[in-house]
Amino acid sequence: MDMLELINFYILPGVVLGSIYALGAVGITLLFAILRYAHLAHGDLATLGAFIALAIVTSLGIHPLVALPFAMIATAAVAIGIDKVFYEHLRERPKIVTVMASLGIALMVRSVVQVVWGVDSESYVRGIVRPENYFGLRIKDREIWTILFMIALVGGLQMFLSRSKWGKAMRAMSDNPNLALLSGIDNKKVVMLTWVIAGGLCAASGVFLGINTELKSMMGWHMLLPMFAAAILGGVGRVEGAVLGGLIVGIAEELSVLVLPSEYKAAMAFAILLFMLLVRPTGLLRGKVL
Amino acid sequence: MELIGLANYALFMAIFIGIYALLALGLNIQWGFAGLFNAGIAGFFAVGAYTSAILTSPAADGRLGGFELPFFVGWFGAMVAAALIAWPIGKICLRFRSDYLAIATIGVAEIIRLVIKSEAELTNSARGITGIPRPFGDLPYVESQAAYLALVIAVLAVAYLLVQRQFNAPWGRMMRAIRDNELAARAMGKNIEYRRLEAFIFGSALMGLGGALFAHFNRSITPEAIDPMVATFLVWIMLILGGSGNNRGAILGTAVVWIIWSMSEIATDQLPHEYAVKAKYIRLFLIGLMLQLVLRFRPEGLLPEPLRGKGRADEHSPS
Repeated sequence: MDMLELINFYILPGVVLGSIYALGAVGITLLFAILRYAHLAHGDLATLGAFIALAIVTSLGIHPLVALPFAMIATAAVAIGIDKVFYEHLRERPKIVTVMASLGIALMVRSVVQVVWGVDSESYVRGIVRPENYFGLRIKDREIWTILFMIALVGGLQMFLSRSKWGKAMRAMSDNPNLALLSGIDNKKVVMLTWVIAGGLCAASGVFLGINTELKSMMGWHMLLPMFAAAILGGVGRVEGAVLGGLIVGIAEELSVLVLPSEYKAAMAFAILLFMLLVRPTGLLRGKVL
Repeated sequence: MELIGLANYALFMAIFIGIYALLALGLNIQWGFAGLFNAGIAGFFAVGAYTSAILTSPAADGRLGGFELPFFVGWFGAMVAAALIAWPIGKICLRFRSDYLAIATIGVAEIIRLVIKSEAELTNSARGITGIPRPFGDLPYVESQAAYLALVIAVLAVAYLLVQRQFNAPWGRMMRAIRDNELAARAMGKNIEYRRLEAFIFGSALMGLGGALFAHFNRSITPEAIDPMVATFLVWIMLILGGSGNNRGAILGTAVVWIIWSMSEIATDQLPHEYAVKAKYIRLFLIGLMLQLVLRFRPEGLLPEPLRGKGRADEHSPS
């Protein structure tokens, strides 16, 4: 196997898959760092975002990338709603209770998708897309879009977190919640903002998974483990770490086919997760350990 | 005739309640005693079911088996296998907050599902393992069901007595101390990681036993026999509704939730096919909502955990 083949069939699909994981992992890492619990409904929220985009695409007949912003806004609204109705009153209880509640939310969100859209596979556009050939690199347009959107969204988020007042407030909450409260940071607004960002990115990851593969009611649940592996691999609370982690997990999953039976592709994320917890729980970029 | 059918159904339900009660007791050791979040109950259940199936079933072409050991050896093997899976996971994850264990157990359940589906030499993949001997399986149908129920109840009673004994023993008090105030317990010199590992392994072994009882009751086990997410979630809602930290509560919650769950299935099966499929997911939605409501309005469950002070006062009061 020559180099080009390796890149075309393993590395490139890995980067695309990794970008999708990265979008979800950024949300997970922010929620983990700021709200301080593992949000197990993240995958199913991504499924919901993907199907909301499907509803927009089929009813208006527009391109899924045009529908993406609307799906992101809608999913962010759903995320805030879920937080207000189901998580907010658990805030004073041990965090693990909220983790449990989020497992229930995962089930509820998924069953809503299954009732409304059914359990069959759907896709945004019918037909086969042929990859373009760039000096031997075979890339599909949608793959370029996925990677570019991921870079743009995460870049924008990084700018927001490092430059704006609210972004700094979020980082302060993540570093030391008590100190942040004492300095007059509005806890509720930061929580809401975190959900807007996490919900929006979640929808983006679901939509791009739908664009690159197909939409299924279980698609998000199966992304949950890789997304958590990516967040922990990069270091909890580190946005750039989540991106790095997502790309590594994505590429590792695609490369695993070379040595393992393809059924065990999904086991790669789990292996990475356990390995990191064993040797370096702070992650590659020195994040938090809760 | 109608009455016989009803009695048969009641027997069937009671056996399932017994099996799920074992899972809920196992989860109670993990969550109720030690505050450990196991989101992969179905995985340990499946390991138990397949281990016992392999150990006791007759030989079949193309897969491991043919040991034809007596059923109690299979059940014991199921407990050991589930414990062996739990050990490394607990070893790695119990140093951290329980969130990490939750994620890792989701992963374990997923890997176990993959192994069961793809390792045909071990599990006969999609066709599953059949011909698992059932204790008292040679009796006529009703007697056989009744006898199996008696066996399940006996196993459950032994498990309950042992777990209850541990709960009141110094070990149980220590576990609750670790759960409620880890720092204080550590300051008292308790080995927190080791104790948590104990609770995690004991609980998982009980879940494996539950899986074995299920496989022998059905006489077969296939990858589709249980829906991992639904099974895991049902056990959680059973324990939380019944009262985590209370073994009687765990059993009561199991009975209540299982009766609601099966009755709603009967009700929705009456609907035309088109709606019946959707109704399945609406039931899932409602069971998720039930958890949210219990967490919000009655977090202690139907039978709350016994108060520590009172329990101790009863022990020391002259009677």
